Order: sequence, then C-alpha cells, then structure tokens
Amino acid sequence: MKATLTIQRGALGEIPRVESFDVGFEPGQSVLDGLRALRSQADPTLAFRFSCINANACKECMMLIDGKVDYACTVRLKEGVTTLAPLPKKTLVRDLVTEIAPPDERL
Amino acid sequence: MRSAAEKNITLDTTHIESDVLVIGAGGAGMYAALEAARAGASVVLADRSLIGRGGATVMAQMTVAAALGEQTPDRWEHHLSDTLVAGRGLCDERLAALLCEDGPRRLREMDDWKVGWAREGGRIKQAHAPGHDRPRCAYVDFLSTGPAVSRTLRSRLNVVDGVRRIGELLIFDIAVHNGEACGATALHLTTGRPVTIAAKVVIIATGGLTGLYRRNSASCNMGGDGYALALRAGAELIDMEFVQFFPIGHLAPRLVGMDPIMWDPFRYKLGGKLLNADMREFEEDYTTPDSRSDGRYVLTRDLATYAITKEVEAGRGSPAGGAYLSFQHVPEAEIRSAFGPVVDRLAANGIDLARQPIEVAPIAHYHMGGIRVAETMQTRVPGLYACGEAVGGANGANRLSGNAITEALVFGACAGRAAAQSASQGLLSWRPEAAHSALDLLRSAKDRDAPNLAAVVVELKKVMSEMVGPFRTGENLRAAAQAIERLKAEIGELPVSSAEKFDPVLIDWLDLRNMLLVAQSVTLSALARTESRGGHQREDYPMSDDNWTVNQIAGFSSEKIHLGRSIPSGDRTVA
Repeated sequence: MKATLTIQRGALGEIPRVESFDVGFEPGQSVLDGLRALRSQADPTLAFRFSCINANACKECMMLIDGKVDYACTVRLKEGVTTLAPLPKKTLVRDLVTEIAPPDERL
Repeated sequence: MRSAAEKNITLDTTHIESDVLVIGAGGAGMYAALEAARAGASVVLADRSLIGRGGATVMAQMTVAAALGEQTPDRWEHHLSDTLVAGRGLCDERLAALLCEDGPRRLREMDDWKVGWAREGGRIKQAHAPGHDRPRCAYVDFLSTGPAVSRTLRSRLNVVDGVRRIGELLIFDIAVHNGEACGATALHLTTGRPVTIAAKVVIIATGGLTGLYRRNSASCNMGGDGYALALRAGAELIDMEFVQFFPIGHLAPRLVGMDPIMWDPFRYKLGGKLLNADMREFEEDYTTPDSRSDGRYVLTRDLATYAITKEVEAGRGSPAGGAYLSFQHVPEAEIRSAFGPVVDRLAANGIDLARQPIEVAPIAHYHMGGIRVAETMQTRVPGLYACGEAVGGANGANRLSGNAITEALVFGACAGRAAAQSASQGLLSWRPEAAHSALDLLRSAKDRDAPNLAAVVVELKKVMSEMVGPFRTGENLRAAAQAIERLKAEIGELPVSSAEKFDPVLIDWLDLRNMLLVAQSVTLSALARTESRGGHQREDYPMSDDNWTVNQIAGFSSEKIHLGRSIPSGDRTVA
C-alpha cells in the first residue's frame, strides 16, 4: 500500500513550502515509520523529532496530523494523503520540529 | 561546496562551566545529577533528547531487582550469588556486589520519592523472575516501571538546587588536557550552535548500544555514543562482544504505543505458548539438558533466542520471520484481571489475545559490556566517570533480569557522589585548546556530495543484525568488519551538513562517526573470542572454554582499536 505524506517544510523566518512524498507501507505502520523510511529512501534533510520510536514514552513526535495535534508514533499510515505540519502554538525550528523543551531546560 | 562559515552559520560558541557534567539524562544520569547536587556540587545535566525522556529507563516496563526482603526473607549476598551465576564467570565482582548491596537503599529512596512500587498488604510486591533464587523484583503496575522511575527522578530534579538541565545538546567529544578530562564539546541541536562545557568531572551516562541493531528495545539515541566518547578520551572498554538479545520481542502485527519487550510479563503471569508455523510448541525440542537450559519450562533468554532462530532457519518461522506466541488457552477474564488497561491498548492495535496469536522474534535488548571503571565509577582517565548501562563488567556475559534499572540507580548514585567529592578537591582545569579539534571538526561541516547518511545508518543496522547478532561465525564477523570499514570510508572524515538549525544530516554524520567505531569494537571483540558464553554465541565455537574466562579490554590509539585480556576482578577484599 502507498501513503502520500504532504509535509510543511522550512525554517523559522522562511516562507513555508509544502512537499509531497509517496511512501510504501504495511497496514498498522505508524506515521513515524513512514517519516523514518522517507529519510532513508528519499530525503535525509527532513527534520522531525522522536526518541522512543514505538512506546509513546518520550512524547517528542507530537505534530499536526491532518490538522489535529497528535503523536506520529501512534497515528497509523493510511492510503491517500496525510498532511503533516509543525505544532502551531510552538515556535518553529525547522520542518516538523518546534521548540517543545520546557523553558528551564533550554540552553 | 560551501563551508558552514560561508553559509553565515552562527559559530559563536557558547561556553558553560560547572563542577560536574553528566552526559545523558536517563535513569543513571538523573540519579548521578541528584546525588552530586546533594553532595554540594554544581551540575550540568545534558541530553541530546529532552531531559528524562530518552534512553532506556523510560522504556522499561517490568522489574527492578533488589534484596528488599519485603515478602520473602532475602539478603543482598543471595542476589549477588545469582548475578554471578548468570554472568558465567565474567562479572567484575566488585561492581556486582555494589549493585546488589546498594540496590535496596536506592529502591527505598525511590519509594520515599513516591515512585509507587506495587504493594500487597502494605508490603512492596516482588515478582520471581527467571535466574533469581526467590521473589526479588519490584515493579510499578501496569507495565509502568520505567515511566514511573523516569517521572519520579524528573520530579526530584525540579525541586533540587544546583542542577542545570540542558536538553537537545549533542555532546560529541570529551575535552582532555594533560591526560585529564576537563569538559566536553557539543552541538546544540535547535540553534546549531557549538557549545563548550568546562567541568571538573565528566560522567558518561549515555546507556548502551542496542541502537546499532535493526530491531531493538531502546530509544533511537542509543547507538553507543558514550563508548566512542570514552575510547577517544583514552578510557578502556570491557567485554564489548556481549550483547543481550531478548527472545520474544514483539514482531507482528505492528504494535504502537508499547515497549516491544512487553510479552515477558505476560508470560510470567499467564504462561503463553511459543508455536512454530505448524502451530506446534517447540520449546521442549530445545530443552535437552545442556549448559544453555535451566531445566525449567521457561527457557532462559539465550536458549529461547536459539530455539526461535533455529525454527526460522528450518523454514518453520511465522510469516514475519519469528515464532507465534499464543495466549488463546487463557480465559479472557484472567487476561483482563492480570493486565487491566493494557488489554485496551492492545485492542487499539487490533490485537485480541484470547482469539489470535501474535508474532515474536529476538530483539537487541541490553549490552553487558561497556566502559571499564573502578569501584568509584572512575575510568582510567582522571576526571572521567561512567554509570548505568554505559558501564561494563557488573553483569559479565549475561545479565540477570531486573538488574538494569538497579544498576542505573546504584551506579548513578555512586558516580554522582564520587564526582562531587573529587570536584570539591580540585579546580577547573579547562583549557580552550582542549576543545579546538572538536570545534574544528564541527566548523568543517560542509553541504557536500555524500551518500544518504540515513540510509547508511540503516545499512549498518542490517550488517550488525545479520552478522553480529545473537549467533556468530568467524566468516560473518570478518565480513562485518570489512563492511564497517567500507561504511567508514563512505561517510568520509569531514562532517556533512544541510541546514543551520536542527540538521538531521549533520546529526547522522556525528552519530555514524561514533556508531561505526563502536560497531567495530563489538565485531573485533566477537571475532577474537573463540568460544560461546552467555550473550556471545559462536556457531563455529559452540562450547565455552575455560581459557576464555577472561574479560576482553579494548583501547584506542593511532586511530585503531587494540584488544587485550584481563582476569575478572575478584571480590572487594582482594581488589
């Protein structure tokens, strides 16, 4: 099966651009699985956060998925288009990465 | 080709000073920071991820071993005896004794800090895990031990003075001056700025190396970077060939929101049958009385890994390439009462244990080897310490279940105390020139033609999984060593960059520089050890050999890994 990930890209201060990628998947795979495959197969410059991969323990992969705030590690890939964007209420860093560290844990 | 400077990347280096720098904010790092601060030191606690969110501790779902004697009388010496048996002759007895003796104190402190150990009749409940002579393993229901331990330590860090927490800080070099560690150099991921940190003592708490394998139960940041930092700083590694594979890691259907090693507690509580493609139980086919079996129904981890691997090789594997694990014989109500809300999380993944088997296969779980330290957690480099899974030796050739979080807490506390004491006696010996070569490396990052480094990471994991996995041969190990050399040449000696802030290409390059060195140390150590023991199984040398009751020590000089041998350290009175 094939999913199309339509991703808002760019760094803070740049005009956001939208890029689409097709990625093959098996039922049950997560959006994070798709993003990781996309980096090794198509575009290694795509920036997104994650740490624990599976367990929904680190809570780092939060983003806007089809307009809703959710975890990329728990939302499943689906056939057709899935739109991904950075969290709207956090300061953008780049692509899907936003400033989510607690203020007293920043440099 | 443009250099970073030409792209106007801000290269203003941020400089920070503290008594103690702790690298890695998992269970061990957080405990080290708390203990060092309690002893009066100023501490910087750094992590490449968010504080207390990455690493292995937060992923752990089951047990923590300590001789609390809450429900069954126990003494730490019994725990030590079990740990040494599991370690098959290779434990550093001083470290193992420290783990077992101090474990109860740490678990009680966590209890005071309201971690929420499961209780029964007011007493802490202790499960009986394989390899222990009695119930000894505390836990937090349901499958919440690791997250509860992480949350508790994060909460403590919020209320103590003296610890500055800095996330998103990728430390890639230890600064050494006159043979002593004096700080470190880092890339701050979200700003892209170089950072130097001056410290009287540096503690490496970066966990293990299971991220080198395709299927593993750790966070993505566990590619063994702390081992590479230690090697390049002049410290030694010990027993790098001993990787523990967990036999029944989740394989299929795709399961999200859960730790892949979660089926172990299910088997403790409910049994569960391992079946091959013919839906036939096969565990007993492998329980002939030999050194790999403990003779009980539940196979030890190494034997179960062997059994599943052999069934797959014989063409009797499940569709995804593992074995079936079935709980269909267990009444639905019993499954519900044992695992409560977890049953709903499984249902959300389309899994109904009463009606269907799931598929499992061996998964890289823990690394027994690591940085060689003395009883104070100091490496042979003055000012450089290590703690947690990053330390090698305490668990010998095979780790007893439940010892990993205990080790994180005990060794973390020990390193934090020793570091604070050492820091109270010394001055900062920081010299800017100790960071020059690391800063130069970062500044040389270029947006140049290079292979897709994310694909190189995938390829390295494939090499390690297929050739340096649970079952090894000389031929495969030599092929792996060659593949690693080829990948080293492919990534080149200078970093690749693609952007100013949060640059995943530069992160991959810095990671690969470390991962390839660490993968090489595992492969060469495995090639040299011509016997089978614990987590290291050679199909061309299937028996254990008394001549190999020695630790292998790896050092690094002139850009090469050098291996030596050493008799395991005996008990503390002899040491």
